[in-house]
Amino acid sequence: MSFEPRIVGFLCNWCSYTGADLAGTARMKYAPNVMTVRVMCSGRVDPAFVLDSFRAGADGVLVCGCHFGDCHYVEGNHKCMRRIAITKRILKGMGIPPERLRLEWVSASEGARFQEVVDSFTEQIRAMGPMRLKEWAFVPEQVEAATAAHGE
Amino acid sequence: MTTIKMKIDGRQVELEKELFVLDGARALGIHIPTLCHYPYMAPYAACRICVVEARDGKGWSKIVTACNYPVWDGLEIHTSTPQAMNTRRVNLEMLMSRCAPIPLLQRLAEEFGIDKPRWGTGKDTCILCGLCVRVCDEVVGAHALAFGDRGIYRSVATAFWETSDDCILCGACASVCPTGHIKMEEIHGRSIVHSEISLGSNSAISLSFRQAVPNVPFIDPQKCIHFNTGECKVCSKVCPKECIHYDDQDQFEEYEVGAVVMATGFDSFDPTPMKQYGYGKYPNVITAEEFEVMNNASGPTGGKILLQNGEEPRAIAILHCIGSRDQNYHKYCSRVCCMYAFKFSHLVKEKTSAEVYQLYIDVRSFGKGYEEFYLRILDENVNVIRGKAAEVVLSGFRRGEEGHLLVMCEDTLIGKFREIPVDMVILCTALEARKDAKEMARKLNISVGADGWFIEAHPKLAPVSTTTEGVFLAGVCQGPKDIPDTVAQGGAAASQVLELLCQGEIMMDAAYAVIDEALCSGCKMCNDMCPYTAIAFDDAKKVSAVNSALCKGCGTCVAACPAGAIMARHFTDEQIYAQIEGMLS
Repeated sequence: MSFEPRIVGFLCNWCSYTGADLAGTARMKYAPNVMTVRVMCSGRVDPAFVLDSFRAGADGVLVCGCHFGDCHYVEGNHKCMRRIAITKRILKGMGIPPERLRLEWVSASEGARFQEVVDSFTEQIRAMGPMRLKEWAFVPEQVEAATAAHGE
Repeated sequence: MTTIKMKIDGRQVELEKELFVLDGARALGIHIPTLCHYPYMAPYAACRICVVEARDGKGWSKIVTACNYPVWDGLEIHTSTPQAMNTRRVNLEMLMSRCAPIPLLQRLAEEFGIDKPRWGTGKDTCILCGLCVRVCDEVVGAHALAFGDRGIYRSVATAFWETSDDCILCGACASVCPTGHIKMEEIHGRSIVHSEISLGSNSAISLSFRQAVPNVPFIDPQKCIHFNTGECKVCSKVCPKECIHYDDQDQFEEYEVGAVVMATGFDSFDPTPMKQYGYGKYPNVITAEEFEVMNNASGPTGGKILLQNGEEPRAIAILHCIGSRDQNYHKYCSRVCCMYAFKFSHLVKEKTSAEVYQLYIDVRSFGKGYEEFYLRILDENVNVIRGKAAEVVLSGFRRGEEGHLLVMCEDTLIGKFREIPVDMVILCTALEARKDAKEMARKLNISVGADGWFIEAHPKLAPVSTTTEGVFLAGVCQGPKDIPDTVAQGGAAASQVLELLCQGEIMMDAAYAVIDEALCSGCKMCNDMCPYTAIAFDDAKKVSAVNSALCKGCGTCVAACPAGAIMARHFTDEQIYAQIEGMLS
């Protein structure tokens, strides 16, 4: 049986969630692997949510927000972008490839773009294979090895 | 101001001392013919048609030119003595010996009873009145024109008879020329605006359109002579109410409002890039909007449907879907074109005897009574052809019928290629989102779709609201729609605004952030996070507090709080963790 990645998607209410809704109402087909959590703003996405998703067994995490300048809350997406950058460093330190976390901007009218983002991210995670977090004990040497494997 | 008393044709008149005889005559309503007089320029006495006889009442008399003879106390003017009339006739005959065929002179000759001028008739069209030279000097201030040469060779000329660099292309000389000797021509790439050709020129001061609100004229500084040379100011001299202010500037005014209705409408698609239809190239290819202007009873043609040369068209083609339902431009249907195109053919049939061809892809007569109107049009002998026009060409290239247009199309119902000869082509251009729609959307924090139309909060359940509270949509800015739909949406938007305003209080969303005072460490990290300044630090308690009226519930502060003291209602950490757990278990 082929590997079906499980991806958690955090979508902001105003742009990306509406965009995903549009993709749905327009009957666009996209990979069913992304399971969405609606948040009011991408700025609501706590790095802890991302870490918790991986702990709970997610193979990837997708965070979508509004394009710059389009944020319903003025600049929540800027804050999200900074937090995601830090979260990626934390992931790297924990031995999780930071590519498993992706941040994308999808506006309310970009149903087609949402489809494309979901499909490409699913393909990417499929290619990377399943997360094997549970098999890893947090041994410092293993973390270092994993970090080295993914480049500094 | 000193005044004098004088008589003209026996009638007493009191005038300012600086004036001339002609001003007195005009004040009394006595007609003195003249060819070279213009109210806002110094008198010049070039045509010498305005000659009158001046007397002092004591026996002295003299033939003088009325336009530049200064008035004085006791002066008696006689405008139609045999001497004066004879002098006028001689002067007119001399003018005719230079340029007889001018209608202006012909009319005067009839008035004076001249059948055959004694010194023959010339074929020139310039009477050397000097209006053009003087208007360029005194009014425009460009100084591009002057008289050149002498005697019988005298003529109006630019410096060294070369194209003048001083000329600002204002056209003032052509507009004052009484004989039509000076014409505006397209030379050296001066582009004439297409609508100017077909619908008459726009002057520098005009109403933007007859129904404009506010209905006052405005000055186009690009075209206005005053803004180019600093001179002219004729409009301010004419205006009795002194309404013309050249130093007026655009002003920004600020209003505090409780709700906003976006009713910004649409832009009309510019068909110039669609070279195949020849818009901008052939003057009789016009857009639907231009046809509407022409068809308007208060428009430039007084509601007559005319070709560029002033003739009535014999055949008109109306091309649907120009720029809409087109993969290269707009994929959407503009919705209104089918019906207004049918209205056009109805109007054309009513006003002219022209043959009408409608070239459509599909007829979309979707509204109440629309299909019936379409059927009625079919009964009015309109040629309704299914097939989008491929090209519009000059038929002169094909059949020697110079100046007529050929519409090439495929009639898909009979499966034949057709060439339809017409005089006028009307392009039913697409409705387009306003060019600054994106910018406006950003200002009001609402969304625009891929086509540029504003997105409503919900296509079925909230068709006039937007994602920003208090901002509503009405009309085409939300998507193409016809007048009944626009009015309905406008009404809905207005009622939503009233609902907001009448309540006097605002229903708050229950989703807002709350700070647990027991957990808050008072680090103030959240204070800077909030885009609405809804979080304030309580100095007495040394904790931060959320003002729930200002909070919009975005949750940015919740994610930032290092102590986990903030809770976003309806989106609590527990709820989200539970969702993650639930999805992945």
